Amino acid sequence: MSSRKKKTKFKRYDGRETNELRPIKIESGVLPNADGSAYIEMGRNKILVGVFGPREMHPKRFAKPNMASIRCRYHMAPFSTDPRRSPAPSRRDNEISMVMRYALEPAIFLERYPKSVIDIYAEILEADGGTRTACINAATVALVDAGIPMRDLVASCAAGKMDEKIILDLGDYEDKEGQADVPVAYMPKLGKVTLLQMDGILSTDELEQCISLAIDGCMQIYEIQREALKKKYGLTEEEVEEK
Amino acid sequence: MSALFKNRDLVIPGEVLYEGRIRTGDNTYRTQGKVSATRIGLVDYNQNMVSVIALEAGFNPLVGDLVIGEVIDIGLGSWTVDIDAASKAVLNVPDAIDVPFRTDIVMPDILDIGDTIVAKIVDMDRRRTPILSILGRGLGKIKDGFIIRLTPSKIPRLIGKKGSMVNMILKETGCRIAIGQNGRILIHGKTREQEETVVRVIEKIDREAHISGLTNRVQRYLKKLKEKK
Repeated sequence: MSSRKKKTKFKRYDGRETNELRPIKIESGVLPNADGSAYIEMGRNKILVGVFGPREMHPKRFAKPNMASIRCRYHMAPFSTDPRRSPAPSRRDNEISMVMRYALEPAIFLERYPKSVIDIYAEILEADGGTRTACINAATVALVDAGIPMRDLVASCAAGKMDEKIILDLGDYEDKEGQADVPVAYMPKLGKVTLLQMDGILSTDELEQCISLAIDGCMQIYEIQREALKKKYGLTEEEVEEK
Repeated sequence: MSALFKNRDLVIPGEVLYEGRIRTGDNTYRTQGKVSATRIGLVDYNQNMVSVIALEAGFNPLVGDLVIGEVIDIGLGSWTVDIDAASKAVLNVPDAIDVPFRTDIVMPDILDIGDTIVAKIVDMDRRRTPILSILGRGLGKIKDGFIIRLTPSKIPRLIGKKGSMVNMILKETGCRIAIGQNGRILIHGKTREQEETVVRVIEKIDREAHISGLTNRVQRYLKKLKEKK
């Protein structure tokens, strides 16, 4: 009897439903010296993002004459994983920096700041799977906080497959032990995908399911990003008077 | 053909503000017949225009702006000045000492690297580099006082309608203030307490710029600070 019950009810290793996100907390404007900043906790991921610029590009020969450039730096702190990790940027770090840049570029009005550069620094303090999606989520909030003109926010979320089930927002264990992982970044109001990667083996149907599930997750994250941005200006007239 | 928010609602980038034919104002853009915001701010519907009053924005240099900047380099006949914009500004010798450039002028004697200046943007060159001038009343090298920063998009709130806010602060505290459009504010008071009052008022404006009734609230706040002493 009990074995049949187990078969009907699928539970993930951390007790989530298949279409459930990890708890997310985003805070904007946390670094006083950056032009814009954000801190995100997505499950056990803890990430700090700072945005600087638009400012003049140095060295000048890398500046584009017709538009701004974006420089991204994805970096995992040595203490962010177990075992300790070398602080030098690895091949993986460079790839994720590039992927982050590609995901954010379509959302920014780069042509308004020719010859300049926008720097985005993402520092992973604690890693627990899906850091690239968490970085994109935090970087978007930081860009808005920096006052950089944007077409839309970018929300990002992964979906994947584990034990023949399509699941949303993979954690570290699911990422490593699962069959596939599909990170997606999405502009919710414009309805455009800005990042789509796939790791593992999926059939065409399963891939489509993964993408639509990930987009559902992105919509949920978008609401959280919106709350985070509005919280900074949440005071009403009466509350201010009391201070 | 309708407004999708109330006037003065808080909007974030990408949110659709209006559907249909309308003129687009500051911090908005049009896609597929819809008008959306590009910055976080307060939406403003006018008769035939929709715009967003930005709460977070960098400094966009315009001709006529008063700015406070730091000299970072000396070139041949010009200084390079950091004014917190996307590009550096240029100050030429004729705009600094009102005589044509001669090779025997010792430029560091006029302005050296590290000097802070109050300047006016008089022109943009063809690459949209701001050209500064320090000829005029209230402009030039800063000798004393101190500088604090405010988000450039909140500078209009600090000045107020026709300078009502800044005039009130000047009258109540007795400080001299120079407000740069680039978000740097030079404060020069007779005593330390006066300067501290101004800093606290500006911090309050930074926190509450988006809530209406700011001038009256600041007036009450100044009164409260005075009573405490």
